[in-house]
Amino acid sequence: MKRLVTLAAVILAACGVLYYSSNKLDQAQGMTGYNTLNLYNWGDYIDPDLITKFEEETGYVVSYETFDSNEAMYTKVNQGGTAYDLVVPSEYMIERMIDEEMLIELDHSKIEGLEHLDPDLLDMAFDPENRYSIPYFWGTLGIVYNTKFVEEGSIEHWDDLWDPRFKDDVMLIDGAREIMGLALNSLGYSVNSKDDAELAEAAEKLDSLTTNVKAVVADEIKMYMIQEESSVAVTFSGEVADMMWENENLRYVIPPEGSNLWFDNFVIPKTAQNVEAAYAFINFMLEPENAAQNAEYVGYSTPSASAVELMPAEIIEDEQFYPSDETMEHLEVYENLGQEYIGIYNDYFLKFKMHRN
Amino acid sequence: MKQTKAFYFAPYSIWLLLFVVAPLVLILYQSFFDIQGNFTFANYATYFQSGTYLTMTFNSIFYAFLITLFTLLISYPTAYLLVKTKHKQLWLLLIILPTWINLLLKAYAFIGIFSMNGTVNDFLVFTGIGRQQILFTDVSFLLVASYIEIPFMILPIYNALEEMNPSYIKASSDLGANNWETFRRVIFPLSLNGVKSGVQAVFIPSLSLFMLTRLIGGNRVITLGTAIEQHFLVTENWGMGSTIGVVLIVAMFLMMLVTGEKKKKGAFRK
Repeated sequence: MKRLVTLAAVILAACGVLYYSSNKLDQAQGMTGYNTLNLYNWGDYIDPDLITKFEEETGYVVSYETFDSNEAMYTKVNQGGTAYDLVVPSEYMIERMIDEEMLIELDHSKIEGLEHLDPDLLDMAFDPENRYSIPYFWGTLGIVYNTKFVEEGSIEHWDDLWDPRFKDDVMLIDGAREIMGLALNSLGYSVNSKDDAELAEAAEKLDSLTTNVKAVVADEIKMYMIQEESSVAVTFSGEVADMMWENENLRYVIPPEGSNLWFDNFVIPKTAQNVEAAYAFINFMLEPENAAQNAEYVGYSTPSASAVELMPAEIIEDEQFYPSDETMEHLEVYENLGQEYIGIYNDYFLKFKMHRN
Repeated sequence: MKQTKAFYFAPYSIWLLLFVVAPLVLILYQSFFDIQGNFTFANYATYFQSGTYLTMTFNSIFYAFLITLFTLLISYPTAYLLVKTKHKQLWLLLIILPTWINLLLKAYAFIGIFSMNGTVNDFLVFTGIGRQQILFTDVSFLLVASYIEIPFMILPIYNALEEMNPSYIKASSDLGANNWETFRRVIFPLSLNGVKSGVQAVFIPSLSLFMLTRLIGGNRVITLGTAIEQHFLVTENWGMGSTIGVVLIVAMFLMMLVTGEKKKKGAFRK
């Protein structure tokens, strides 16, 4: 018992010393609350050179932390262990955080360079007039295929997934909105449909896809497509950008009849300690040359129209990541359907997964 | 005396109350509410009228049954031989060792082994059989699930066999029974308690193995765990999720009842 008490005391003392010295170290590096920017972003989602450049230009010190899912980010911001000054959630999570009053309403007079952004990507339903968020990157949902097994250009539409030649060869992302959405799109309906007849029709069409489905998985799609486990998959453009670094046989198609448009936007949580630094960083990233450099590094699509002009032609003419205006018109952001319809989408999706051929 | 007893029991009873009884009551309570927060029995009605949920329940039980059966078939002979080997502790350690490794790591390792360009397929190509789809099939799911559960079946059976008094076996052969008869009439009945606890330890967790259904089964194998995850994380229909939870708990209680030790008179040996 005595030894246990001693041990506990030693551990506590060690914690105290470590905490004190880490504080000292932070201060020595200039990381006091006053000039630190606590940036909370997805992993490997910014060019590290830009952080250095920002630190040199503004004198702020950036403390960069990463998350791997919106839900994990939400929990950490909500419980408030660290006061993050700037966070980059996806659109549906932004809508939820606005509803739960977790975000600061942005003062647009402090933001410079908003005019550089493509107006088509502003003022979306999840955040009207961008009162709470500024676009960082955007992307789509589409079909990725391997030209080793599938002739280039032979997949263009959602309906091609139903082609008998892909028997047991299609991987789908494990999400009710995405998969119900593609069935709705293939029938010419909206991904946000609340029409029971349309939903039933889409679900019925999905049932006939099961013979072609190899697996319904999540992040593992990236690994499987790189390793050529499957020749076709439905996933997000961001994941595809990563896959293409590793396997150059992969091609990405956004079906022109319609698909999902997603966003990762900057937001400032109410718990932020250094709002000025957050604005400074938003402004820094809105500068076209910085946005262009970042987009080339990350490989996702930048919302900055001015940045696009600065980028090499081979990137911006790539319709995989910068689709034509006509395709853009058919892209839709997922709207919050309300609990009842989210339930209905998910029940259909569960039934689809249950269906064995 | 009585007081000190109560004192020692206090920490555990608080634990029991907070982390076992309270959650169970909460799940039961939640299952009577719909998404609008009204008190209702509708969740149960939906459950028992829905073909999807009933098929899923059947699937869960059927897969859990198969997993239990396979692990039992492998574990009993293993435990039996283990008792007779020389370096028992070493072998036992080797059997327990895989349980120290995180489940996810093991699942990912199997993805590597079973994938199209994995070790098994390379071997199949080498032998001339050609590449087969192994991942995302019932076979791979059952194999990996059984692999993971095997130690939990071997240990209780091993313990039961190890505890057995060897003089029974001697007596049996003295009385003229051959090896098979000795096994069937003496050894097996005496090890039955180990088998029962092994079955419980494997069947119950197998009912809701939902990570494996996605990683190894590619969601081609759907059990109730998948539906519970969906209701709590995506649709936030906690009522329905809890209802499925209640059904699983009832299934587990039934399992305990069927395999539980029946207390005979004067059976308190320990």
